[in-house]
Amino acid sequence: MPDAELSARPLGVAPIAATPAAIEADAWRAPRGRWLRKHPMLVLGAILLLAMAVVAGLAPWLATHDPQDLDPLARLQPPSLEHRFGTDALGRDVYSRALWGARVSLSVGLAVAVLSGAIGVVLGLVAGFVRPIEGLVMRVMDGLMAIPGILLAIAAMAVTRASLATVIVAITIPEVPRVVRLVRSLALTLREQLYVEAARAVGTRLPAILWRHVLPNMMAPLVVQATFVAASAVLIEAALSFLGVGVPGQTPSWGNMMAEGRNFVAVAFHTILYPGVLLALTVLAINLVGDGLRDALDPRLARQL
Amino acid sequence: MTLDAHVPAAADASVASTAGPAPLLAVDDLRVAFDTLSGPVRAVDGVSWRLEAGGTLGIVGESGCGKSVTALSILRLLRTPPARVSGSIRYRGDDLLARSERQMRRIRGGRISMIFQEPMTSLNPVLSIGRQIAETVVLHQRVGARVARDRAIEMLRLVQIAEAERRIDEYPHQLSGGMRQRVMIALALACHPEVLIADEPTTALDVTIQAQILALLNDLQRRLGMGVVLITHDLGVVAETCDRVVVMYAGRKVEEASTIDLFERPLHPYTRALMASMPSLNATAARLTEIPGMVPAAGELARAGCAFAARCTLAHARCRVESPALRDHGAGHLAACFALEDRPA
Repeated sequence: MPDAELSARPLGVAPIAATPAAIEADAWRAPRGRWLRKHPMLVLGAILLLAMAVVAGLAPWLATHDPQDLDPLARLQPPSLEHRFGTDALGRDVYSRALWGARVSLSVGLAVAVLSGAIGVVLGLVAGFVRPIEGLVMRVMDGLMAIPGILLAIAAMAVTRASLATVIVAITIPEVPRVVRLVRSLALTLREQLYVEAARAVGTRLPAILWRHVLPNMMAPLVVQATFVAASAVLIEAALSFLGVGVPGQTPSWGNMMAEGRNFVAVAFHTILYPGVLLALTVLAINLVGDGLRDALDPRLARQL
Repeated sequence: MTLDAHVPAAADASVASTAGPAPLLAVDDLRVAFDTLSGPVRAVDGVSWRLEAGGTLGIVGESGCGKSVTALSILRLLRTPPARVSGSIRYRGDDLLARSERQMRRIRGGRISMIFQEPMTSLNPVLSIGRQIAETVVLHQRVGARVARDRAIEMLRLVQIAEAERRIDEYPHQLSGGMRQRVMIALALACHPEVLIADEPTTALDVTIQAQILALLNDLQRRLGMGVVLITHDLGVVAETCDRVVVMYAGRKVEEASTIDLFERPLHPYTRALMASMPSLNATAARLTEIPGMVPAAGELARAGCAFAARCTLAHARCRVESPALRDHGAGHLAACFALEDRPA
């Protein structure tokens, strides 16, 4: 159809005779080149986060000492060639412990983001599409949001045994309402979209409509929200560990490293400096990625956040 | 059934129902009201018509006269706490209002399909068009993905999209408005429905594309033998495509006739006013004729009297207190107006 060819493509962008492959390559080249220039912060954050993930993943190989090894003769030593970040009050290698701590922080961040995302999507869709249940779900969420997240997490930890899994669950509970609210508001917008009505008009069942038409269209803001949930989860995990209600004491985490180092700040600042800097960098990286994604993915939808 | 000419609205319209087997689609005394905070609002008020296989029925009227609500209620797409639908909608004699939601899903898209006014927003932006068509096929015909994809390509060819094999993997944003409407038609026809409801299919398109889409619909209808309900506010579109026309005003059917008869002999003052307000190619007048006043909002509809009385040049006292019933003015040409009753039919 000549008219369609003309109207589908701005004049002069691709020669009419271009092969499908060439057109496809063309369509991809432009945005890829602009990616770094248009979203430098996103790229920076992604690199930082990736580096942190590599460090956490390779912790057993990068560590110079066993993170649990006590060396009573070398306590509170400043950074040296032997102990790159120095040693703590029990003579443990801060560098090795910090690497292992990255595992806890990142896995908590990721797990909470995925878990609260999944639960939030289900509850949010139910609230958005099943009118009778909406009130119940949203009031429970409002109730959860009325309690400060960290308190809720502490309370949840208080009734269970400390482990990585229970920390993840305890942090997920206060994060779920943030996702539910977003998903419900997106669902209320999307359910009125003409293509959802069109899908109903050809006989599509509700689950299929949700899975095929509603969910994919809320991915952009959802991913952005998930990054913020991850950042907040990393912070809450550190706070829980710092307060002594996080992961078990023998597991090195940035939070409990700082808690143990806090009595020796005056003589051994490095014990608290390195985990603190790593924590800040991680949260910064996640937030940069989140902000960058919000700008990069559909800015119109993301603004509703 | 005894006919009483003084019963308002639908009773007289069923004159035609005495003939032959059950029509493809018959709407009888359809009433749709919406519950609002300020009480029920009547959007459709006792509308009846029938569609025969292979026929095209045009429904014309201004914005807000109940055309689209009629279309949506046929497929039961109105949410039915706020909406209340009564009357009967019979597909091959089978009342759709009595079907379960599960049975309706099989009818939607499989037997009766619908295309919407806005091709720009009726397609899911994150799925390729082929996927959207194939999904509908799988939904209704339990075939494999491969077969469904082939069917999608075949459908795209049917709606005259060039290079269907390549286009099938494109996303809606890569297509122009006319192309998207073609895809919507392909989607609606993928399971060979017997009835196609087209709700202002060309309103959002420019004039040349409009003509192409209408020609395509006409062609497909002839080839597939579908019945088409074409909802439009454009009498030009009606003249080109329909063989029978229902004119609606404020939720009521005010006139129904064959297309030729309607254009030759418009009876209802509203139809005549509509025709008078169409720009003519050889007119020299600078200003187009218009119908004075506005369509009453559905909430403000007068409980009694003819809804058009307030804007009608022929209105007299009786029009404001009594509703005129539809009467046959020869050759199945129905119109509801007291002014017509005074003169010989």
